[in-house]
Parts: sequence; structure tokens; C-alpha cells
Amino acid sequence: MSSTAHLHGGIGDSIKRKEDGRFLRGKGNYIDDITLPGMLHMAILRSPHAHARIKSIDTAAAGAKPGVIAVVTGELMAQHKLAWMPTLSGDTQAVLATDKVRFQGQEVAAVIAETKYQAEDARDAIVVEYDILPAVISPDGAKATGAPLIRDEKEGQKDNHIYHWESGDKGTTQAAFAKAAKVVRLHTFYPRCHPAPMETCGCVADVNPGTGKATIYMTSQAPHAIRTVFALVTGLPEQNIRVVSPDLGGGFGNKVPVYPGYVVATAASLLIGRPVKWIEDRSENLISTGFARDYHMTGDLAVDKDGKMLALRVHLDSDNGAFFSDAQPSKFKAGLFHIVTGSYDIPTAHITADGYYTNKAPGGVAYRCSFRVTEASYLIERLVTNAAIELGIDQAEFRMKNFIQPEQMPYHSATGWVYDSGDYPKAMNVALEQLGYDEMRKDVEARRKKGEVTGIGIASFTEVVGAGHGADFDIIGLRMFDSAELRVHPTGKAMLRMGTKSQGQGHETTFAQIVAEELGIPAMDVAVEEGDTDTAPYGLGTYASRSTPVAGAATAMVSRKLRDKARKIASHLLEAAEEDLEWERGKFYVKGSPDRAKTIQEIAFAAYTNLPEGMEAGLEGVHYYDPPNMTYPFGTYAVMVDVDKGTGQVKVRRMVAVDDCGVRINPMVVEGQIHGGLAEGFAIAFMQLITFDDDGNCIGSNFIDYLLPTAWETPKFETGETVSPSPHHPLGAKGVGESPTVGSPAAYVNAVIDALSPYGITNIDMPVTSDKVWAALRSKGVTE
Amino acid sequence: MFPAAFDYAAPATLAEALSVLKQRGDDAKVMAGGQSLIPLLKLRFAQPALVLDIGRLPGLAGVKRDNGHLTIGALTRHVDLERDTELGKTFSILPEAAHWIADPLVRNRGTMAGSVCHADPSGDWGSVILALNAELVAQSSAGERMIKAADFFKGPFATTLRPDEIVTAIRIAVSSAASGGSYQKLERKVSDFATVAVAVQVEMDGRKVARAGIGLTAVGETNIKAVAAEKVLAGQEPTDEVIAEAARQAAAAAEPKDDIRGTAAYKKDVVRVFVQRGLKAAIGRAQGGKA
Repeated sequence: MSSTAHLHGGIGDSIKRKEDGRFLRGKGNYIDDITLPGMLHMAILRSPHAHARIKSIDTAAAGAKPGVIAVVTGELMAQHKLAWMPTLSGDTQAVLATDKVRFQGQEVAAVIAETKYQAEDARDAIVVEYDILPAVISPDGAKATGAPLIRDEKEGQKDNHIYHWESGDKGTTQAAFAKAAKVVRLHTFYPRCHPAPMETCGCVADVNPGTGKATIYMTSQAPHAIRTVFALVTGLPEQNIRVVSPDLGGGFGNKVPVYPGYVVATAASLLIGRPVKWIEDRSENLISTGFARDYHMTGDLAVDKDGKMLALRVHLDSDNGAFFSDAQPSKFKAGLFHIVTGSYDIPTAHITADGYYTNKAPGGVAYRCSFRVTEASYLIERLVTNAAIELGIDQAEFRMKNFIQPEQMPYHSATGWVYDSGDYPKAMNVALEQLGYDEMRKDVEARRKKGEVTGIGIASFTEVVGAGHGADFDIIGLRMFDSAELRVHPTGKAMLRMGTKSQGQGHETTFAQIVAEELGIPAMDVAVEEGDTDTAPYGLGTYASRSTPVAGAATAMVSRKLRDKARKIASHLLEAAEEDLEWERGKFYVKGSPDRAKTIQEIAFAAYTNLPEGMEAGLEGVHYYDPPNMTYPFGTYAVMVDVDKGTGQVKVRRMVAVDDCGVRINPMVVEGQIHGGLAEGFAIAFMQLITFDDDGNCIGSNFIDYLLPTAWETPKFETGETVSPSPHHPLGAKGVGESPTVGSPAAYVNAVIDALSPYGITNIDMPVTSDKVWAALRSKGVTE
Repeated sequence: MFPAAFDYAAPATLAEALSVLKQRGDDAKVMAGGQSLIPLLKLRFAQPALVLDIGRLPGLAGVKRDNGHLTIGALTRHVDLERDTELGKTFSILPEAAHWIADPLVRNRGTMAGSVCHADPSGDWGSVILALNAELVAQSSAGERMIKAADFFKGPFATTLRPDEIVTAIRIAVSSAASGGSYQKLERKVSDFATVAVAVQVEMDGRKVARAGIGLTAVGETNIKAVAAEKVLAGQEPTDEVIAEAARQAAAAAEPKDDIRGTAAYKKDVVRVFVQRGLKAAIGRAQGGKA
């Protein structure tokens, strides 16, 4: 990297992240840093039971406690028609319970007090009488005859079934299975996990009694959509609602939904006329906000006698919790799960999915995942490894034999996707070479002869991200475009405002680099602002790896619009015809006379001081980008593990991750995202579980039970790359934040299964904890 | 995560602290490093009327040797034991176990005596003092008494310490025999409580084990002294068979429960595996001349 490249920060430059200065100095501005004059504090009383009818709520003692301004119950919310709210999946969700509680941790009442201590003291004084009902904690329980009806308040709801959804072709799939030489089945449960961002959710709601304007500072990955939802739910005029997402301490999908706490705090501020702050503690975040996965999946893979895949059949039961509030495009009930044919040329497939209500927290957010792509990728990659083991073919060879070939791109999948680009054999070869696969295989064989338990796992995932073209992708009807507004100041510095919202992804750097590349203004001279709905252009927000594919494209397009205008101004300044001007990053010059040039900064000044006759002043524009297709990042991950026969502990010896996310805008930022995601994938594979006892008590409600990996347990990552530019994205970029969480869990688990395969062990569901591995080994008589 | 209201006292002398306890011991919690108590206060699981902070009392920190005893003061932090190179030569189980406790932040503030008095059956030090046959020095306004480790733990978070007493030191007899120890721990991640851990200390008499101490962590209502397993070893040459039998006896003494960390059967088997591994390591150290 040359020193000038460092200063300019165009595409491909690993410049340091512009936002990190304030974070490293402790000068970030998170929700809990916001303090307004006269601000009150809110604490929420939550249900201790998973399923219970509320007999009575007595708030008298709480209301009499020092400092208490109000105690809010569902009854009060109902008087304002706010006891229930719509979800992002067309269902309704209780804001504060009025009739029943339907999961442990559900919001029952709220105390508003002068201090947080007083609010919590008073919360403990609220007396609620419950009639405890039997709890449903799984889809099987939800289906059982005589299962309690969870959503008895919903008209026409006779059971706990939410939806049935299908994709692919049943007839051709059945026919292909009939001809198969071999059918391999995997039943697996992708357990409930939680995004657990370092910063929990919260808000400061400030409804100004003078103007009626509601300003809500909120932990939101999608502030604009939230503003619209608030307008629809409360009936407040949308111009009187301002949602501001300040710095966010991680989100990973957890900060997409609207949570009851936001609504209650806003209603309380409206009724009291003072600002109200609500900040979740860790347990509240883990037990009540958007979880991820909880998919029970059965996959059948049909293979011919030569080891070619013929067809895939999948059924899944989804555990959606008490309210169907998955944050996902409205046309797809199981998200984008139908990418489940993955990287393989499988001629036909059929997928069926059923969703169920249970007495568990609602959510179903895409935790670092493009709407259920993680579940799909896990199923196919686990199934492929199991098939290779069962067929006696090497895992890598079996994948190689069945990959979609680069010359088949754009590839029409059996479930209707059009893969934009990719070279799967190449990524696989780079990964195998980096691992030294053939040598490592020999090493595994030698160790096994000595009695060691060791193995190698591979996953060659394909993702579908960048939602998405408006005709197919919307959230509550809002099309999933995104936007960028670029304003160049007279001195040649610029302000870029976007409809997305960074939670740590580095938008202030990456998107400035796109402007640097396309308009030639150095990245350090481009301020990037997001998250204030009063100033930023409307957008659908940041999740599902969509920021670079959609808003990044919008940034490139608006930069090009401004460059077109800049060319006209340059033509005027240089007294040369537009078609005689050449663009070189940062300036226009006259063809053949490189000295006759005007820099973008000179042109920007002229845009305000010396314009061509009849031209509108200024150098600014906005672009709303509707992507023509999704992008399809992919890669191959290879993992080596060693298993302790005595304790069942698994140690990851090596982890090689080769990613292809198309063109990398800031390779260092991309690398950082990959490391983070590989660590989260490791945690999901080996450590993390939100589970429930038979009474529906949540286990995993704190960081003693729900584990976050530290640098100590996280393996060393060896990364690599290939580059297959997206043909339809203006910069060839594809999005990367989620690839490592999507691809790595299967790679880790496949390594464990490969290690255990000599003993006939074919599956252990995540998290692959030492006690499960121990039980599997002992069941086969292996001991120390 | 906001504690209920409590009174706070931080006396300047031990005598003053003991006098406060004499008055209010029944509704007070004594705090040294605070690494267990403060989380409980924040979760409102503990709501004492008074927190008596002994963290600044003079003369209670540090490790001393005299009259054939090692005396570990009540305000000796985990990190002080972890980094004590002299101890590494004589009682290597102390720095080894200290290193397994929680994470560096906790080790910098938390104390060995505080952890023992907290009496969490998942605490690491309880097993270590059981394996070492240590004694606790308990002081009250009325005077001082010695409590054997084996008599100290009554149940989960319950000890035989009286409400008016403070443990001021932990005392361990120094043996002249070749001795060695080992602490084996299974945890799901750094800073997690043990799934299972085992403390082993042996004193050798030539090729034979003169005395063995074995303590078990997180497999019962308290830390458990595996007495039957210790007896299997006493006076025996530690052959593979003897070690395996001791390990089986230790596993039989464990009374774990099924929980998120694993089944009872799993934990019992890990006790067996760890006692085998621990004994081999401890005996190796004793015979290699390294404690």
C-alpha cells in the first residue's frame, strides 16, 4: 500500500477505520450515554412463568414507593389501543400482557421513576396473581393432541400451527428419489441461540409536550422502517416522529425488531410529558428479545451409483415462540431457507416448512445471517459430509464432483434462485492447499492408528444476501431498496448520508471509500452519517449482509451522478467538450493534455461559485437503489479437531477459511468481519444454547449459562480468498459480514463427526459440548 | 442489575470489624474482594442489610512460613498465589489452582479465603484445602479458633463459621516428605465455573504413597473430600491398578447432578479420569522433586 493510497482510501485500500478513534477513546455515544433534562427511568416487570393466566395485578404498593411517577399495566396500554402491536411477520404481539403471559420474561408491567434504583425497587413491589398453565416448549409439544392453545386470543386460531410453506417441485423430486441408488438422511436440530450484542437494547423516548414531536433514541438497525411502524401503530403523523440510532454496540439482527419496551417508554413519555429512558439488563436481553434458529430439520439427499446428487428433500419444523415476529421479507415464511441446495448442482428439490407457536420468547431474527440461510447452509453441508462418509468417498472429492461449475453461472437453482457468479472448485482448491489437505489426511490416519480421535471437516457454503429486488423483497410492504445522499461542500469535502445503520461494521470507512473511488474525494474528507430519520434518506437498514450490496451500490450510483455533473462543470472550466475529457480518480483532464485538468475539489468550488450558464447550483444528489438480483457470496472452510477421549473435549487444531465476497472494498474491514463471524460460528457450534426446562423456564438467561467465547478458547483463523465479482453490482461487491457465521458451524461439526466416524457416530447436534461427545464415545465403548 | 439498598461499613481495624460483626453479624455479609458477593447483590439474590468491607484491613495479606506451617492471609488475592514462584517449588497445586480461577480480572481482586468462605460447591479452593488438610483461622471478639477444612463446609454456600467470626488466614502444614500436587479442571470457557475439577496432593515414602489428599469440585452439595480413594492409596505403591481403583472410589464419592454442564454420569466419569491424571501428575512431581 503506497502512502498516497493510504491517504486516498479508494477500493482495495486497507485504511484504518475512521470511527475507531472515538470508540477507542471511550467517546462513543451509545443509548445509555444519552441523558436529557428531566429524564425518568423505566423498569419492566416480566413474567416468571412460561404460560399463565393473569388473575390480578396490584400496583398500589409500587405506586406509593419513593420516586415513582407511574406504574403502567396492559390495561392502561389497552385504553390507548397499545396493549398489542403488529409484528414484522404479520402477526400481533403483546406489548404488556392483559390476558395471559405466554413466555417466561414477557412484559407484564412497567414502573417509571425518578431513578433507576427507585424504578427497580418499585417493580419488586408489584403483586401479580397467576393461574399457571401447562407450557409448550417444542414444535412436537405444540402439535400434540390436547396441547394447550397458546394464542387463544386470536380469532380463528384453533391450534398452535402458524404457517405451512413449500418451495421446489414435489413431483420431480419424488421421481428422482425413486431412481436413487442411495438416499442419505440427516435429522438435526439447529438449537436456539441468541445474538447477544455487547450493548443490550434500550431507548430514550422524548415526546415534547409543546410541539408533540416524538424523538426516540433507540438501538435500531432499521430506524426508518421503525419510524413508519411507529406512525402506523400510534397514529402519530410520521413527520412528528424522529427515530435516532446513535452508536450501536453490536446488533447481529437483535436490533431489527420493535420491542415492547420502546413502545411503553414512548407511551409513558407521551402521557407524563418527560423523557423516559429504558435500558435492558443482560438477562432481559437474553430472555425476551429476538433469538435465532430453533429449527428441527430432516434432510434426504438422493445420490446415483456414481456419487452424483439427484435430488434433495427437506422438511423443517420451526419453533417461533409465542408470537410470530420473525424479522424477514414478507413473502418468505421460512426466510431464504430455500437456498438449501447450496453450492451443488442438484437437479430437483422440494422443501416443506411448518411454523409453530410455543411458550418461548418470540423473535426468529437472522443472527448474523440472511434470513435462515445459516440453517440451510448447516443442513446441506452436514448432509453432504454424512453422505460422503456413508458412500465411502472423500468429503472434498464428493463436493468437487457435485459443485455447480463456473461455466453454469448464472445458475438457476431447483428452488428458483439465480446465482449471479462463483467458482466453487477454485475456492475449495485454495482452501485444501492452504490446509495441506492430503498431508493432513495422512496425519489423521497416523494419529488414529495410535488411538487418537482426530478428524477434518469441510464446508463449502453458498449464501444469498443483499435483499433485495423490490418485486420479491419487502418488509411490511416496504420494498427493500436502500439509499445514499451525497452532498459535496464548496471546499471539496463531502457528507454522505445513508438509509443503513452500522452496528460496528465500519460503514463510516467503507462507504467513504466508495465515494473516494467513484468521485475521487479522499475517504478522510467524506463524513458518513446514518441513523437519524430527520436527516438521512429513507432506507431499510443494516442486516442480512445487505449494506454493501444495496446501500453500497446506491453510494456508487450517486457518486457517478455527481461525477456526471462534475464533468459538465469541468467542461465549462476547461473550455473543452465533455467528450474530450478523461476521468482519472480525483480529476478531469483534456485528452492528450494531462496538464489541463481540474480536480474534483476545484470543480466542487465552482459548483457554488462559477457555474455554466443555466446549471443548477450545488453538487449533491440522492440515489435509491433497487438491486436487480441478490448476491451470492461463498467459500470453503476446513477445520481440524482433536478429541479428548477421557473428557470429550474438542480442540480445534486448525481453521482455514477461504471466502469469496466479490470485490473487497476495505480488505482489513472484511478480514475483521470474517474473524468475528468465525468466532461467533465457533461459539454456536461448541458453546451456545438457549434452552428450556419442561415448565418453560429459560436456561441460558445470563452469561454464566450462555457462553461468549474469549480469545482463550477461540481458535486461530487462517484466512484466504478468491474474488468472483458480482456481475450486477456496480462495484462487483457481494457482502461479507455473515459468511463466516453461515459457513463455519457446519465445518466445525463436520470435523468432529469425521473424527468420530471410525466409531460409527454420525451426528451430534450443536452445541457440540464435551458431555455430548463423551456420551457418544462411551456409547461405542471408547474410554480412557 | 441494581442492588437493593444496604448499609456499608469499612472499618479501619480488625478489632473494629469484629465488634461490628458482634452487633450485626446475623444480617451482614463480609466482603473481601467482592467477586462473588457483588454479582449476587446486583442480581438481588443477596439482600444483606449491611456489607462489611474488610478489603482495607491492615496485616491480612500475604503468605508466611513459620513453625512448619504455610499461612495464607485472608486478603491474599488469587493472583498473589498464582504468581508466587516460591510456592511453585513447594506447593505447586496453589499456583496451579489459582491459575484456573475465573479470569485475570477476578483473580486480581478476589481472595482465597473469601472464596472458601463463600462455600460455593463449584469453588476451586475448597477442594484444594481439603486435599491439603488445611485449617482455617477464625477470629471473633471472643478470640480465635482453628477449623479443619474437612469440618468447614456444611452445604451449598453454608459453613460452620459463626456470624460473628471472620476467617483471617488459611494454614497448611508443611511436610518434609517428597510431595506433589495437581489441579485438573474442566470448564466450558475461561471464567466459567468448573464442570468438574479435582485437587490431588500426595506425600511419598520412597516408592509408596504415604498420604494422599483428594478434593472434588462441583460434584456435590459441598466440595467433597474423597476419603475412600485416599485410603486406597495410603501405604501403597501407586501401580496403574491402585490408581484406577482410587479413581473409581473418588467417582463413587461424587454426587453430581444433571445440569447444563452435563449429566451426572458424565461428571462422575470425568472425576475418574481426572483423579487418574491428577495422581499421575502429582506422583511424577513428587518423585521428580518438584512439588
